[in-house]
Amino acid sequence: MQRLSIQKFLNNKFLAFFLASIFLIIAVLLGISIGTVHVPIETIIQIIFAKLFGVGSIDPMYDSIIMNIRLPRVILAGLVGAALAIAGAAFQGLLRNPLADPYTLGVSSGASVGAVLTLFFHLSIPFVGMFTLPLLSILFSFITIFFVLVFARKIERSMKVETIILTGIIFSSFLGAVISLMIALTGDELRQIIGWLLGSVSMRGWDYIKIILPFFIIGSAILIFNAKELNAMSFGEERAQHLGVNVQKRKLIILSAGSILTGAAVAVSGTIGFVGLVIPHFSRILWGPDHRYLLPLSILTGSGFLILADLLSRTIISPTELPIGVITALIGAPVFAIILLQRKRKERSG
Amino acid sequence: MLSVQHVSGGYADESVLKDISFEVNQGELFGVLGPNGSGKTTLLKMISGILPTKQGEILISGKRLREYGIKQLAQIVAVLSQHSSQSFSYTVKETVSLGRYAHQTGWFQTWSNEDEDIVQKVMKQTGISSFQHKNIQELSGGEKQRVFLAQALAQEPKILLLDEPTNHLDLSYQKELLDLLKQWTTEQGLTVISIFHDINLAGLYCDRLLLLEKGTINSNHIPNEVLREDRIRSVYQTKIQKHPHPRVAAPQMVLLPEVNRDTKNIEINEAMLRVTSEFIELISPAPLRTMSSGVVGSGTGWHQTFVNRHVNKEYNCENHREEMGSFLKAKGFEPSETVGMMTAVWLEGMSCQRLEQGDFSIFVVVTAGVGNAIDVSKSERDSLEMTPGTINIWIFVNGEITEEAFIQSIMTATEAKVKAMHDLKVLDKVTGTIATVTSTDSILIAATQTGKLLEYAGTITPLGRLISKAVYQCTTESIKKSQIRKQA
Repeated sequence: MQRLSIQKFLNNKFLAFFLASIFLIIAVLLGISIGTVHVPIETIIQIIFAKLFGVGSIDPMYDSIIMNIRLPRVILAGLVGAALAIAGAAFQGLLRNPLADPYTLGVSSGASVGAVLTLFFHLSIPFVGMFTLPLLSILFSFITIFFVLVFARKIERSMKVETIILTGIIFSSFLGAVISLMIALTGDELRQIIGWLLGSVSMRGWDYIKIILPFFIIGSAILIFNAKELNAMSFGEERAQHLGVNVQKRKLIILSAGSILTGAAVAVSGTIGFVGLVIPHFSRILWGPDHRYLLPLSILTGSGFLILADLLSRTIISPTELPIGVITALIGAPVFAIILLQRKRKERSG
Repeated sequence: MLSVQHVSGGYADESVLKDISFEVNQGELFGVLGPNGSGKTTLLKMISGILPTKQGEILISGKRLREYGIKQLAQIVAVLSQHSSQSFSYTVKETVSLGRYAHQTGWFQTWSNEDEDIVQKVMKQTGISSFQHKNIQELSGGEKQRVFLAQALAQEPKILLLDEPTNHLDLSYQKELLDLLKQWTTEQGLTVISIFHDINLAGLYCDRLLLLEKGTINSNHIPNEVLREDRIRSVYQTKIQKHPHPRVAAPQMVLLPEVNRDTKNIEINEAMLRVTSEFIELISPAPLRTMSSGVVGSGTGWHQTFVNRHVNKEYNCENHREEMGSFLKAKGFEPSETVGMMTAVWLEGMSCQRLEQGDFSIFVVVTAGVGNAIDVSKSERDSLEMTPGTINIWIFVNGEITEEAFIQSIMTATEAKVKAMHDLKVLDKVTGTIATVTSTDSILIAATQTGKLLEYAGTITPLGRLISKAVYQCTTESIKKSQIRKQA
């Protein structure tokens, strides 16, 4: 009886990873295949095989489309989606709050300020070169989350969910205004900037992947190694400490990792909202709240989701491209509303 | 095991605790009591390492608390707090498994067979195995509390800290939880330190109690000493009364509500008495404090109706209590509010009397028959058969009397009754000597518990005098009536 339930448990998790991986693979293949020029799936597989093992022949046209345009775009979308989703999952677990995500907490806006500063003032920190952009974004996102939490605690010691969200929104609005002000002062062309603010992964090339990848690996690894602590902290910080978790230290580590992921993602793609909200939420509904599984699963589903969102954004009114943030907001905002409604209903009945 | 030495501290702006010192030994069930804001929870948070101490030291197994790492401390001390937030729907087993966190070391923290065994064991002990795959958000308050208890136990602690553990539990689980804790302290040497809201539960289960008052120790002693009426009254600022537990050697405190019982001027007298051939009834306008040896409502209690029932001489029922209960119900009395007696004597031979002295009065009712008269000094040879031929005495006191006075009233009444039989020369038919009692006599003392406080009821006290006089006269009169009727 006992063994049976354990087996069921393992199978369940195995199935979860299997399904999430299939979803990601399908998203990648579709993302590469669909566009102004259709690339058949067999060709994609052929080319990938040829690149990996050096066998078979390659059609130079497809090769160019895939290697220079579609693949970097898909990979970037995937990395951004994965980074935002795992960061969202971690923020939610830490704050015991299914409504927390880099966007609603104001962290994305903070990162944008950093990115806009770098981009429009052409800042460059000596010795780090192209990493100036993500580093400043990360720095600003960390400062923002810190202020949001301090401010929320000032309002209310218990830091109720709604208080944190409201604080995040206040900070978002304020930082948005700061960005607008900076843009107005620089006098650049507005449409391009607004497009960037709404988020996009187009025409970034392999360089941007190089920018985000190290931060993604570091941030995700830190979070996954803190999955158990996140589980414990889901029951409250005091409870976690009673269970033996060094709460102050772990909290700082997790917030830092979340900021690294968010900052790096925003630096390469602008602010893409709600990915960090929707993906962990659905992963939790499907496969449970255990962070040991939730975090890696969020990476898989988050990247797949953003690849598909990007596909939609560039095909839906082709040849014009929509900012990807428009698609995620169209999906995410209603989900946000539904979660809020469910919570209230639960509170009332419970 | 635990030593708290001159500890002061609290939250940033104010010191809640002031110079607290006490020790807790291994295997003790140690209760912490005190009114709201006395510092109970602060103390617990300090012992669990959540709050730092401003002054003083806390030692666990001889080592200073702050020298323990957080994980290391969690291997020794586990906490069950009042509230736990459950924002996400973890399963019961996932929740309990988190209790093993402190015991898992290394980078990959693998789940060992030992971990699994312990989790299964504590789930069984707390009775939650059956719903281990359920989502904790779906559970009731009591079930959740048991899940978090299991989580704390999975830490395999040496010291278990509890903050009002019975808060969300209904009665049977309160008892079960505390029985279990008591068992673990005695059998496995677990040390339990628990905050109690309910001083009676604390008195019932704890080996020692610590009573906090405004951040200082009022007393630290065995329950009987800590739970003294005057002490609890002054610390909790409320009216209470101490009583012994009926079955266990533990003190119990009862609250005295401020609401006035509308019994200010009730006086039990003849007007409330009704005599029929079947029974004598007296219905009081309010419940009376009683001590009696009736068939129903015997012992001590509060009762409002009093019934002395006539039964046939041949009345012999296996379960006379049950039969009496159904009789009372059939006649429209509520058995739980009634003191009921039986007698085979002629009820119209009843004698009653009201006596008054100063600001209190008594009302006595006696039914007497001496068919079973016995000399008590020679009563060994008698069979224990319940034969009704009986003297039943009711004494109603319109005043407030102490427990002592209740007992003295019974003594005084009995002495008066014996004297009456003596003076009437009632003989024990078997031995031929003068009888003192009949074999099935019953007595009731009922007091309104309002008005004048009467502390004693010995024979020469004002109350004792009234009782002896009234009982003597009524018994004499009633016996005479029954003798006259017999002869007629």
